[in-house]
Amino acid sequence: MGRTLAEKVWDAHVVRRVDDEPDLLYIDLHLVHEVTSPQAFEALRLAGRSIRRPELTLATEDHNVPTTDTLRPIADPVSAAQVEALRKNCADFGVRLYPMNDPGQGIVHVVGPQLGLTQPGMTIVCGDSHTATHGAFGALAFGIGTSQVEHVLATQTLPQHPPKTMAVTVDGPLPAGVTAKDLILAIIARIGTGGGQGHVIEYRGEAIRGLSMEGRMTVCNMSIEAGARAGMIAPDEVTFAHLRGRPHAPVGAAWDAALAYWRTLATDDDALFDREVVLDATGLSPFVTWGTNPGQGAPLSARVPAPADYADPAARASAERALAYMALTPGTPLRDITIDTVFIGSCTNGRIEDLRAAADVLRGRRVADGLRVLVVPGSMVVKAQAEAEGLDEVFRAAGAQWRSAGCSMCLGMNPDTLRPGERSASTSNRNFEGRQGPGGRTHLVSPAVAAATAVTGRLTAPADL
Amino acid sequence: MEAFTTHTGRAVPLRRSDVDTDQIIPSDWLKRIERTGFGAGLFSQWRADPGFVLNDPAYIGATILLAGPDFGTGSSREHAVWALQDYGFKVVISARFADIFRGNALGNGLLPVGLPAVTIEALADQVEADPGVQITVDLATREVRAPGLVAGFEIDDFTRWRLMEGLDDVGLTLRRQEGIAAFEAARPGWLPVTS
Repeated sequence: MGRTLAEKVWDAHVVRRVDDEPDLLYIDLHLVHEVTSPQAFEALRLAGRSIRRPELTLATEDHNVPTTDTLRPIADPVSAAQVEALRKNCADFGVRLYPMNDPGQGIVHVVGPQLGLTQPGMTIVCGDSHTATHGAFGALAFGIGTSQVEHVLATQTLPQHPPKTMAVTVDGPLPAGVTAKDLILAIIARIGTGGGQGHVIEYRGEAIRGLSMEGRMTVCNMSIEAGARAGMIAPDEVTFAHLRGRPHAPVGAAWDAALAYWRTLATDDDALFDREVVLDATGLSPFVTWGTNPGQGAPLSARVPAPADYADPAARASAERALAYMALTPGTPLRDITIDTVFIGSCTNGRIEDLRAAADVLRGRRVADGLRVLVVPGSMVVKAQAEAEGLDEVFRAAGAQWRSAGCSMCLGMNPDTLRPGERSASTSNRNFEGRQGPGGRTHLVSPAVAAATAVTGRLTAPADL
Repeated sequence: MEAFTTHTGRAVPLRRSDVDTDQIIPSDWLKRIERTGFGAGLFSQWRADPGFVLNDPAYIGATILLAGPDFGTGSSREHAVWALQDYGFKVVISARFADIFRGNALGNGLLPVGLPAVTIEALADQVEADPGVQITVDLATREVRAPGLVAGFEIDDFTRWRLMEGLDDVGLTLRRQEGIAAFEAARPGWLPVTS
């Protein structure tokens, strides 16, 4: 019987397999940031251990870094101490680090792919649940906790039970005006926040094939929001074209050898998935969330649902709680919801194509009076590219703030936060209570919807402008 | 890691589904570089509400958390496990756990126990009627026992053995250095390095 993409990558990385134990899996690339690593480095120190393969490890500063006045010291002493700890740890243990203000700095999941370090068939881990982003290249990439960060640093391996496999097939082309973000929000609403639990999702079908690498990264990025261990897309010509020529991509004969291997990775025709879900892309439209988990979403053309719409008691209670927190009334058209802040950025939607999509909407338009709009590129490379294309001028002319690279308002660990009761339209990945600041209310949207919302001050699709 | 064989204690019912790790420990707490002291941040936004169940004096000292389905979703932050343990919890019972949370819990000796939602409801009803009721979570027999109730739970043999011995994974894997080196010697030359 044939094997799936996930099974092929898994099998190629098993160091040790014995009955009744987890497989010992080799890790090709370990990405590190300042928040989930200090306790891991400290544990190595206490045990007198070193890093087995520092050259398969890469660190960047992203979660805590301010996005304004980046040349000054970090004002928050606790954030500053954490960033300083990463610098010391990387220096002590010999790990390559992209610090603040370095041209290579950025969100860890933007940096890996832009360097060409993310390649098909690899195993990639990071102490960050959005590591699934790298699955867009056909890598098996998943988030881990700090004890596992320590484990990978010490051994370059992880003991893991093989995941189950799940196919999410999206038939038909995406309609005009519908983006990768709309698609993944619709998928999560369909299968639920626990729908992928224990599984690696492989996204398949015409709509997925039609996505750019940026779009594929947006889709895979939010696999964790559907509860999946990872998300993957089989590598194809789009993948190879995106990779070729990047700083860490193979060249010459090595490229040819790698390419020949990458072409063998796609799921075999006779492979079986443990679970399959099929969606029709042609009926999709811009999608937004109304609640406090990423599965609580609906088409922008819909209305705020009523708890009574849900048969399952847990889902009903969850909706009731979410509506109270979000201060929304059932039956309200989603288009009538007024917004205070728009955030464009994050590892979900902070790449160049996302900024282009937002700029296309804002070009020649003005941000609504009183609205705060933050545009935060995912990396310094994205920032430089956007500036070379004049996108920063488009954002500034419209009245938006053009910032430096980092995670920023996605989780508000730096000064970019929502105030209590403030409502955002955000291109990030989580609408949890208080995620963007205590008492803040988050609606997840695509970059195009975020930009159109910036113009009107209400949840709006570009087609409605 | 502290070994886990069996635990008997009182429980607190948290009747909410989709309890994400941002709720368990908000991101402001993630700036700390220590592994201890997170108990004060546990559910800190919810605990600001005097009516929140953890603020009920009847449940002070409870060591077993009875939660709704899909517990520990979202962020990979292990700080969520450290916060639960630092507060005093030894066991979390839910109908379904997010994978990363479950892995983090098992790596720290906080036992995630999966039971059917109806069983958890029955336990929560019992605890609400009498917060003093003693619940036993027995890893050796893979059972949860409460007055008039015995429920089995699943956990693989290897993980169960590791928890009962109190062994951490790093020490176990370091015994496999030869196998790791052999694997490394056969890796294709085109794979990237960061240096």
